[in-house]
Amino acid sequence: MIVFAIYVAIFVASFFIVKFVARKTITDYTSLKTVTFGDESAVTPSRIASVISILTIFLLWGAFTGSKIVPGFLHAPGPFLGDAQFTYTAEADGQQADDATVTVRVFEVGTDVEVPEIEPGDGWAKNDSDTVGAWRSGLIRVDRNDEFGRDAGHKIVAINGQPIEPGASVQTEFGRVGMSPKGTLNFEPNKGWQMEPIWLPPPEAVVDRLGEIASEGYRDSTLWEHLGYSLFRVVVGFLIGAAVGIPLGYAMGLSNWFRGWFDPIVEFMRPVPPLALIPLVIIWAGIGETGKIILLFLAALWIMAIAARSGVSGVKISKVHAAYSLGASKWQIMRHVIIPNSLPDIFTGARVAMGVCWGTVVAAELVAAEKGAGMMIMVASKFQLTDIVIMGIILIGVIGFGIDMLMRAAERALVPWKGKG
Amino acid sequence: MSGLSINNISMRFDLPNGGSVQALKDVSLDLKEGELMSVLGPSGCGKTTLLNILAGFLAPTEGAIELNGHKVTGPDAERGMVFQQGALFEWMSVRDNVSFGPRMAGKREAEWGSNVDHLLDVVGLQDFKEKAVYELSGGMQQRVALARCLANDPDVILMDEPLGALDALTREKMQGLVLKLWKETGKTIILITHSVEEALLLGERLLVMAPRPGRIHTEYRLPFAEMGVGADLREVKKHPDFNIKREEILGMIWDMEEEIMGRTEAAS
Ligand SMILES: Nc1ncnc2c1ncn2[C@@H]1O[C@H](COP(=O)(O)OP(=O)(O)OP(=O)(O)O)[C@@H](O)[C@H]1O
Ligand SMILES: [Mg+2]
Repeated sequence: MIVFAIYVAIFVASFFIVKFVARKTITDYTSLKTVTFGDESAVTPSRIASVISILTIFLLWGAFTGSKIVPGFLHAPGPFLGDAQFTYTAEADGQQADDATVTVRVFEVGTDVEVPEIEPGDGWAKNDSDTVGAWRSGLIRVDRNDEFGRDAGHKIVAINGQPIEPGASVQTEFGRVGMSPKGTLNFEPNKGWQMEPIWLPPPEAVVDRLGEIASEGYRDSTLWEHLGYSLFRVVVGFLIGAAVGIPLGYAMGLSNWFRGWFDPIVEFMRPVPPLALIPLVIIWAGIGETGKIILLFLAALWIMAIAARSGVSGVKISKVHAAYSLGASKWQIMRHVIIPNSLPDIFTGARVAMGVCWGTVVAAELVAAEKGAGMMIMVASKFQLTDIVIMGIILIGVIGFGIDMLMRAAERALVPWKGKG
Repeated sequence: MSGLSINNISMRFDLPNGGSVQALKDVSLDLKEGELMSVLGPSGCGKTTLLNILAGFLAPTEGAIELNGHKVTGPDAERGMVFQQGALFEWMSVRDNVSFGPRMAGKREAEWGSNVDHLLDVVGLQDFKEKAVYELSGGMQQRVALARCLANDPDVILMDEPLGALDALTREKMQGLVLKLWKETGKTIILITHSVEEALLLGERLLVMAPRPGRIHTEYRLPFAEMGVGADLREVKKHPDFNIKREEILGMIWDMEEEIMGRTEAAS
């Protein structure tokens, strides 16, 4: 909630600051337009906004994980670390109430810790010491070293002078002291605003992990093998899907019989999400490469068939007529008119299909795989290795984005006439 | 027998709702080789339908077309088409568009290269021959379409409102170009237009068609095309006969439109 509020605040504040600073410097054609609201062509993404947007994400991520990449004064308050103290007041049968101090060493989980040394103190209730990990809580049996234990009616009645009873709790300077229904104390040090690394590790932990996995690998395979396997499946599945789907789409666009025969199949399969096919494909083909490639083939097939079909039906009849009047044969019209005319549609379809395949392969690997990006994050999540999970998600995103960029570049280079007929 | 003869063509479209449209009824016409004919008529009178039948894209429900003694049964390189717009292949350069016909006929560049370059010169696009067609203006694109049609050396050229989408100035220049090409190549040309002036300028023969059913209403023989070859078309338009004919034909088409409007109003 507070994170979202900060995010909105940064969004609004940077908008006004940038607007104020940049007002006089920008003078291009668009700035001469008086009507910009509602003119789509006048809306270009503000590069400054994009940069600030990305910086903001890292800033918030760093600030709420106590990252080193964010200066200390910007950190959200961290969890309490160090020695916490509180006193308890105990009563026992036939004894006067007595006070004792509890010292709890709160440590970072994963580091070595020693129980702090303390004086036992005077009175029948003795001072105690214990350790609790940050963001955790721990039971503290303070009665164990006292001269009168539970069999002698040992009972805690107050913490730091404030009365307490089973089921209730007292907030101290260092954290919350609660009492279980049976009367045992439970100390929960202040958590602060930061996220625990097992929920969200700081950015540098993710980067370190990336370096480590890139050099040492994970689960018997290098990082490149994991990513390479996923990519390999996508590329092979997509290529087979395109190799079958495009001719099928052409046939559907050119022949009544093919159109009639395959229309029900294609129209039925198109809305079935490829993810829904995973269980069936696993039953039929197992969890090996064959199953994954069949799945991706099916994911790409319908998209490519529909793209090719609409590419064929989208050809202007006057172009076909012109070609016939210039003496072209059916085959020449196919080769020189229909195919080039359908390429823009096919490229659009290919971009969609690659995106769908990439998503599907990751999902399929989450379900079952021995190698692959999805398998990597799934296994890591079982061991609470959140840094690997986040690293994996970022890499999957980067690769997906990279695929789309490559497809766009290929489209610009190969079908420059797109949208210009 | 050389030339184009249209014998009692009728065309009826059956509509999906069970009705039918009589787009053409008993159209007969003979064109000698090298004649330039323009076709005029209110919207929906069957001009495009007639042209599509001549091109071979549609088979008439009755009647037949003969070109140089043989029956027309389908599209063929002997009958070239120039469309209003958007019939160029935007994935090819200007030169590839123009040389499309000869290339499809399997000819080598040695056979067509000089003719294509000559045509590009004639239509003034020599400097643009390697450009993509979508980089050209509308007028330039229509010049490419003309050159593409001529490069294939058809016997008859069929044009459906070829200049309809151009601005007035470009249009006038293109009209001059059409006349020049007609005279130089001696092709038989049929040109559909919506502009009475254009029909007068670009027709040795001018056919006025009437709608419902589509038929030939009146035919004129005009001297203006001959006068316009190599001359300033604006001078031709100042000719007193030109104005008289223009008014006469405008009135005729106006009456037809009135009649259609009256009939639809009465029907509704
Ligand atoms: N494929 C078709 N199916 C049904 N009716 C058609 C078809 N093509 C044309 N028509 C009808 O035939 C008549 C003549 O059409 P056509 O396109 O030849 O007219 P046109 O003279 O070229 O008109 P315009 O000047 O508007 O281009 C119209 O009434 C039209 O509705
Ligand atoms: Mg028409």
